[in-house]
Amino acid sequence: MTAVFWVLAPLAAASGVMVFRFASMARVTISLLVSFLASGGLLIGLGLAYLGTVVILMMVMEMVIMAVFMMAYMMNPAGLVAMSMVHNRRGSLAISAATFALLAAGIFATRWPHRAGAPPRDPTFRLGAALMGPQMLTMVTLGFTLLATMVGAVVLATHRGRYDRFGDDLKRRAPSDPARGGVGR
Amino acid sequence: MTVGVVWFNAMEVLTWAGLWLAGWGPNAVLSLVGGYRFVAQGLAYELPLMFALISAAAGAQSLSVAGIAAAQRGHLWFAAWMPAAFAVYLASVYAFSFFGPFGYPAGRDLAGGVLAELSGPDRLVFQAGRWLLLTAGAGMAVPLFLGGGAGPGLPAWAWSAVKTLAVLLALVWARRRLPVIRADRYAEVAWVVLMPLAILQALAVALVVLTTGGTP
Repeated sequence: MTAVFWVLAPLAAASGVMVFRFASMARVTISLLVSFLASGGLLIGLGLAYLGTVVILMMVMEMVIMAVFMMAYMMNPAGLVAMSMVHNRRGSLAISAATFALLAAGIFATRWPHRAGAPPRDPTFRLGAALMGPQMLTMVTLGFTLLATMVGAVVLATHRGRYDRFGDDLKRRAPSDPARGGVGR
Repeated sequence: MTVGVVWFNAMEVLTWAGLWLAGWGPNAVLSLVGGYRFVAQGLAYELPLMFALISAAAGAQSLSVAGIAAAQRGHLWFAAWMPAAFAVYLASVYAFSFFGPFGYPAGRDLAGGVLAELSGPDRLVFQAGRWLLLTAGAGMAVPLFLGGGAGPGLPAWAWSAVKTLAVLLALVWARRRLPVIRADRYAEVAWVVLMPLAILQALAVALVVLTTGGTP
């Protein structure tokens, strides 16, 4: 584990730094992805195989989707033109230094408890039981809130509503869409 | 590994980053369009595939590949009582190796798409990786849906190899007999038809496991 740590931890930190050094959206995305992958590897090294694997799985998808949307909507097309990734230099430096100092101080100031008992045989199962057992109501509420947020964001973002698709009296049988879909509508 | 199915999913998703990079890397229009096409396709195929994997894992009540194969020993194979999940899985194998009906990112209308700028050893390595993805997908279908190494006479490893080859042959045979689907069309099919189907399949599996306490 020590060897894994000394390979992956510097990699995660270094690629995290490179996010602010590269001048291309594509390179920045991949650099951030490498940082997350190394963090996922560290989690697996700590014995949290499920959590680490899910971090790897989700981060690859998230970073690629982020790259597509950042380049499509915000930045130059395709991320091929050089641009700075740093904004508000002094302010962000101060905030990040203060946050780092606070978290590091917290690590050293906390009186960490000693482990009582052995770790469970299957941490994934215990995690699932904890989330889906006593915290079921929280998870259901969270799920519906997230879903409502996503639907709301899409409704707010799209400029075509149901009146555009189905006519002013909503009587059109087949919606008139600019691109035809795959189910024959 | 105790979470082999999730690991398989994570490694297969790496294609997203790899293929988009392969499209972006040459600094050329057609290959970049090919990379974007794969991401559009990925957004459509990934969630039904995840539910297909969840169906197999839920049926065996295990995230380990060996555990899923062991759960089918002496029982009905998962391909037989989870046909929708099996079909979605096979389609997704084409999708993450972008072969056959999902060959859109490397389409001829793009002069090869992600392959357009590759030649020599680069092209060889890239194509070899693509075939490896197809083979790995075919190989994974065996423990997930086809009973793993179960079979009469031969040892388990031989049955696994025979089944993998059979799935691979079927995939390669059907590869050029299916039309290429455009990503925008497939996206609607995936979200409107395949997603509800895959969710219903996972629900059916969960209900069977809950009522019988095991697999049929």
